[in-house]
Amino acid sequence: MISSNQLRFSYSAQKKFSFPDIHCNDKETLLILGQSGKGKTTLLHLLALLLTPESGDVAIAGKSVRNLTPQEITATRAKNIGIIYQRPHFVSSLSVMDNILLSNYLANQQEDRQKARHLAEQLGFADHLSKKTNQLSQGEQQRVSIARSLMNNPNIILADEPTSSLDDDNCQRVIQLLKKQSAQIGASLVVVTHDQRLKDEFSNQVFL
Amino acid sequence: MNLFKISVANLREKKLNSFLSALLLTLGIGMISLLLLLNKQLDEQFKRNLKGIDMVVGAKGSPLQVILSSIYQIDAPTGNIPLAEVNALRKNPFVKTVIPLSMGDNYQGFRILGTTPKYVEHFNAKLAEGHLYNASMEVTIGSKVARDSKLKIGDQFSGSHGLDSEGEKHEDKKYKVTGIFEPSGTVIDQLIITRLSSVWDIHEHSDEPKLPVTAEVEHSHSQTHVDPEPDEEGKDVTSALIQFRNPMGLMTIPRQINENTSMQAALPSIEINRLFSLLGVGIETLRTLALIIISIAGVSVFISLYNSLKDRKYEMALMLSMGATRTRLFLMLLIEGLSLAVIGFFAGIIASRVGLWVFSKSAEKDFHYSLGKFALLPEEIYLFFGALMIGVVAAALPSLGIYRLNISRTLAEE
Repeated sequence: MISSNQLRFSYSAQKKFSFPDIHCNDKETLLILGQSGKGKTTLLHLLALLLTPESGDVAIAGKSVRNLTPQEITATRAKNIGIIYQRPHFVSSLSVMDNILLSNYLANQQEDRQKARHLAEQLGFADHLSKKTNQLSQGEQQRVSIARSLMNNPNIILADEPTSSLDDDNCQRVIQLLKKQSAQIGASLVVVTHDQRLKDEFSNQVFL
Repeated sequence: MNLFKISVANLREKKLNSFLSALLLTLGIGMISLLLLLNKQLDEQFKRNLKGIDMVVGAKGSPLQVILSSIYQIDAPTGNIPLAEVNALRKNPFVKTVIPLSMGDNYQGFRILGTTPKYVEHFNAKLAEGHLYNASMEVTIGSKVARDSKLKIGDQFSGSHGLDSEGEKHEDKKYKVTGIFEPSGTVIDQLIITRLSSVWDIHEHSDEPKLPVTAEVEHSHSQTHVDPEPDEEGKDVTSALIQFRNPMGLMTIPRQINENTSMQAALPSIEINRLFSLLGVGIETLRTLALIIISIAGVSVFISLYNSLKDRKYEMALMLSMGATRTRLFLMLLIEGLSLAVIGFFAGIIASRVGLWVFSKSAEKDFHYSLGKFALLPEEIYLFFGALMIGVVAAALPSLGIYRLNISRTLAEE
């Protein structure tokens, strides 16, 4: 579960954002739609605890993060939040398998190869586990980053424009997989996008 | 999964960059290590053979040449000196021992040295088998001579004139091996030692028309010289090694010899210091060059990590967002620099051993000296820590950027 309360953030005096409150329960989905420049990525980074808001608060799994130290914030994020970025990025020197396991390792969790293989089968890239990530297509890479975000059984999955660089087929596939996987682990799924194709896929929507 | 694995994967990802950095370190470390090895072994070789010899007298010429030819047996002698003048030195109260040396022949490149039993005593050479030469034309050979020439006790061979194996052979006179010395690490290892009289015998006869000489005649001839300290009138030797009773000898005798006799006195300590200071310029230059190469290696590690860090900024931000601490990533980058340093160090040590082996092969061929000691020197341990330092510093400087990385901005930019 994730919720926000009166979030405000400014990069400069001219570039100020204030965001509508957001609430997404476990097993629920939320679509945040907005045009470019409306602060979509900023909001996602605030929700992902990558940015600290000027004012307002974020609660992860019902607990406010306002008074946490940077170390605690890093640990909370690693444990509770799976993030999928607009364009999939990986540690290019490592194989697909190692990139997925990296989220276990960096969050100080037990490395779960079986789970990684299981996810790879479900997401349809089980044949590519030993390849380097740059040998995969965009759609495959996005599916790998979904697997990576799921490895620590997060409480919340945040996706930043997960479909904007994909064609219609891959877009459908990725969004279905995201919904299915987050429902399986009972997480909240928050998608931030300007992609109008996703409008009909989500019942809960917020417009920036 | 661990930091080391990620570091190694990153190094492998940039094979050429890593290779260049490691190669430069290898070159630098290898050169310094080779210089250390050579310096130590040459120093040891020179010191060991020099021990206890205070002065060398020989024919007038280059004093360094006198030392090199008489003590180390590597240069040609300057000429001959009368044995009578050498023996006159014995009467000087400051002189403790006089060891006359006579050379001029070789067998397969190994010098045949005519001398007195004092020479063998001086180097403390022990016999491995057989007995010391006794009569003229009997020889005792050094361990390396025995190994390389396959001569055994009882074997007969004829020497060649001159100091390299190409010389004309003294076919009519044959030497006979009576003993083999134990390896001592001194110049004795590469010598064929015999009586002074053997050398005279050979050369007296080489002037005469060649007649078939039977072994019997030869034998009866050599029977005539059996005194241990020969003092023949009109005989020449090549040089003589002198030991003084006390340092006062050093003050007076060399000048007396240089002024009053046809001989010249050469002081090994002075000449060898001169030789080393001549070599020292070259060694100093090489060492500076090696240090420059090592510095360049450090810069190469720096640039390579700096560039890759720029390329991998997003990766770093990604790992930070996935729960990595900045210190952990900093360590990961340090390990990359350290791995290169360790690889460079060990490759350099191996390269220096190969270099030494090659050098030793050629030194053995030309001078019969071998420099085959490949153990790790204590100085090389310092070299190891020096290499690690370079790796750490070169990796740490660019990697400090990790602590300034703005995660959100970096992730949003791409």
